Amino acid sequence: MDPMMPPPVRRIALDRDPFIAPPKPIANGAAPTAVAARPRAVRAPAPIVRERMAVESVWLAYGENWVVRDVSLPVRQGEVLAMIGASGSGKTTLLRSLNRLTEVTAGAARAGRISLDGNDIHELEVNTLRRRVTMVFQQPNPFPMSIFDNVAYALAERPGRGGRRRRRSAKIESAVNDALQRAGLYDEVASDLDRSALRLSGGQQQRLCIARALAAEPEVLLLDEPCSALDPISTAIIEDLIVQLRESVAVVIVTHNLQQAFRVADHVAFMHLGELIEYGSSEQVFDRPKRDRTREYISGAFG
Amino acid sequence: MATGQLAPSPPPGLSIARTGREGTGSWPLVDRIAFWLCWITGIGLCVTAIAIVLFMMVKGISYLHLDMLVQSPAPSAIQSQSGGILDPIVGTLIVAAIGTAIAAPIGVALAAWLSEYRRPAWLAHTVESAIEIIAGAPSVVLALFGLLIFSQGFLGFLSQTAANGAVYGRSFIAAGVVMAVLALPLIVGSVREALEQLPDRLREASYALGRTRATTIRRVLLPSIRPSIATGTVLGMGRIIGDTAIIRILLGVSLTNQGVGHLPIIGALRGTGSTLTSYVYENSPAGEGNAPQKAYAAAFLLLVLVLALNGLVTWLTNAGAGERRGPRTAFRLLRFSGAQE
Amino acid sequence: MTAGRIDRRVELTLGALAVAVLAMIAAMTATVIAKGWPSFSHNGLSWFGPGGDVDTQLRAMQEAKALPGHSLYYFRAWPLIWGTLVTTLAAVLIALVISTLAAIFLTEFAPPAMRRTLDPVIRLLAGVPSVIYGLIGILAIAPWINQHLLSNSRKASVSIVVQLNGANLTTATLILIVMILPIMVAISANALAAVPPAWREGSVALGVNRWRTIWRVSLRTARPAIIAATILATARALGEAVMLGMVSGGRGFAANPLDGITFLFEPVRPLAATIFQNSDGLTIPVLAHTIYAIGAVLLVSAAMLSLAGWAAKRQLGRYGIRA
Repeated sequence: MDPMMPPPVRRIALDRDPFIAPPKPIANGAAPTAVAARPRAVRAPAPIVRERMAVESVWLAYGENWVVRDVSLPVRQGEVLAMIGASGSGKTTLLRSLNRLTEVTAGAARAGRISLDGNDIHELEVNTLRRRVTMVFQQPNPFPMSIFDNVAYALAERPGRGGRRRRRSAKIESAVNDALQRAGLYDEVASDLDRSALRLSGGQQQRLCIARALAAEPEVLLLDEPCSALDPISTAIIEDLIVQLRESVAVVIVTHNLQQAFRVADHVAFMHLGELIEYGSSEQVFDRPKRDRTREYISGAFG
Repeated sequence: MATGQLAPSPPPGLSIARTGREGTGSWPLVDRIAFWLCWITGIGLCVTAIAIVLFMMVKGISYLHLDMLVQSPAPSAIQSQSGGILDPIVGTLIVAAIGTAIAAPIGVALAAWLSEYRRPAWLAHTVESAIEIIAGAPSVVLALFGLLIFSQGFLGFLSQTAANGAVYGRSFIAAGVVMAVLALPLIVGSVREALEQLPDRLREASYALGRTRATTIRRVLLPSIRPSIATGTVLGMGRIIGDTAIIRILLGVSLTNQGVGHLPIIGALRGTGSTLTSYVYENSPAGEGNAPQKAYAAAFLLLVLVLALNGLVTWLTNAGAGERRGPRTAFRLLRFSGAQE
Repeated sequence: MTAGRIDRRVELTLGALAVAVLAMIAAMTATVIAKGWPSFSHNGLSWFGPGGDVDTQLRAMQEAKALPGHSLYYFRAWPLIWGTLVTTLAAVLIALVISTLAAIFLTEFAPPAMRRTLDPVIRLLAGVPSVIYGLIGILAIAPWINQHLLSNSRKASVSIVVQLNGANLTTATLILIVMILPIMVAISANALAAVPPAWREGSVALGVNRWRTIWRVSLRTARPAIIAATILATARALGEAVMLGMVSGGRGFAANPLDGITFLFEPVRPLAATIFQNSDGLTIPVLAHTIYAIGAVLLVSAAMLSLAGWAAKRQLGRYGIRA
């Protein structure tokens, strides 16, 4: 629920949306064998690994309820950072605080420091920050526009592009195509970019959202359980995409799905009840967890 | 165990920042201008509404005397001697009663058919659009149609017949029936919306007990949307008491209620008269009377009635808000207010 | 089974009722047009055109004497049509801007306490009977305009053609705006509030500020509802008889835009108001035919607008929003 949204003056009847494929949840540890057996994505070590964001002793609260407590961790370009943990562990809140989306809730509080390339993100202009650190949500949320307009939407707000976004200059067109290509969607939709984005399949919609997020040319890409509403095949496509993307942007992914974390992440942060229990390389956390709590969670989930 | 080692809130040394809403400071100038325009129009709307109500209150309280409520209008050019507004009050009540008494059952039945049966589909669609047409039809045209119908010879018993056999076509009955048409879309809309919001499990539970569709509607569905039926009826009543065109064309222009024949109630219903709206109109500079003080007094009473009905709708909406609806449905109701007040 | 038979009978009864309502609409359209037909057939398409003083023509019918060179049925409705078009279009266009801004304010910026107050206020405004608006217009606003905005020289400048007073095009349009605003605000605010939060959040997360998010995502989604509101408001403005009859000047005069500012202060009389003001003469056959002809024009236009608004509202269903 977006808190910026006032309570609806009228009932919102999203009773049945014919265009978004119904989510097919994949239960933890019970994923179809096709996916469970899938190996870690083949990856060359990223050429440059460089710290982009630093979270230092961060506390976050809604009202008086501190849901993230004293968390510190780095976010690096060239790496995928996965945040895992049970529901209510604060991982999504922490993710949203990285581009200050927590602030759309009135009364949200924070303490500690988050920096982007050394600058405190709370001293940056918030919309500039959100263009540098973009986000993809759990439910695909393409706007009710054409595929082209969806991607161009993110372009138009880039400084120096001017206000006239509806005009299809060659520059905008190539930027849109580029973003679609990076999100691996271009080949599927190139024939008709004027089609309504709401007519795409769930997996295509989510990749469109990734393309939209990439079109803003971000430095950090935040993904909040991007595959939880998707089928296994779309999930596999998006996971491969995430691994490829990490060379050009720092990627942070929140996931419930431990296999997914293992497949895509270079580093893993395990959170529990608002605290960062363990942070380390993917191999270390999954194979040799240091804390009992981590081991319980991982073994419990793996069965 | 890691949990519990940390304090539940940040150490005192750390400064806590609470966030409010996004400021407009960083927005481009155009956006900020638009933002302030929104504020200005919003506040302007408030001010306009308050001004209207205050103006009517000041005028109404200074001109409305309690004895006006029990006196009939009297023909006089001097405002202090032109009597009270008893007849218009009674007239308003009669028309509203006839109108809602006819419209409510028909409206509920239509809504039930539209939401529960809808067979054949093309008929349902046609009926839906027909109701939209009624909602949008100017009430003055409805009145013309009503006059045409009620001045037919065989309907003479509903109004009065002149010596030459011409049927007058104007009476409380005629006005009430056409008012029912005016109120119909509001009732259908309100009831239908409520029926469609009822969860299917209610219907299924009833069918599972072997109940027929008709029984389900009557025993399960309609009782559970009682507040919405009441809301629709009250909305319809509000529209009826506010209409002037139908009254002036179908009830005539006399200020006093004049019955026909000797039968006590039926005679009055066949007769002509006035309501608060036609009284206001006749006493305004646009009408014959030109007695602004009387017009203000009656208009104030009319506004109080509308306010009371408004309050009733809010109360009913909240009463029905319980399980089915969000807390704020007031705007929803306005959708049906359609074309005329 | 008897229960099934009863059920079937109930369905048939309700269906018959629905058919009866349909029949009534059809009868209404047919009888109103039929009753007005003599007026159309005598005048042909020039019925809609200009020609002479429409008030003189109506008065001639009332007194049942043909004007020299004209038949009794002679009627040229252009001044009335023009008055309707000008008041309706001006009011609807201005109300469209105001209502969109007000709806945004209401759903996005208004503090919760203010929203709680505005909510009943808008309902109140929508419920005020038109005769009260007319009364305020004729007793408060028209005299004020007459005193403060109308100079004697302005009155003199057109005194040969028409007399100016406070009841005029501007007064009528102003009050019409106040009358149609509530319904427009209500429908637009509904639709804006029903825009899925995920779309707005998606836009905010791309670094688009709140205003642009509203402008480019919310308004775009709510566009069908805003169009529907505009169409319904147009139908309402078109059919408004009582208030316009009271404050528009009550003169079948085609206000002339070439008169510059004076144009704004010239009297008009829309179609619906003409019916209302001539309702006493419905016993006179020729006048009655003419009045019903005006009614038929109004009925057909209002019906087309209603259907268009209905169609526009259904558009919203594409996004799963009901408004």
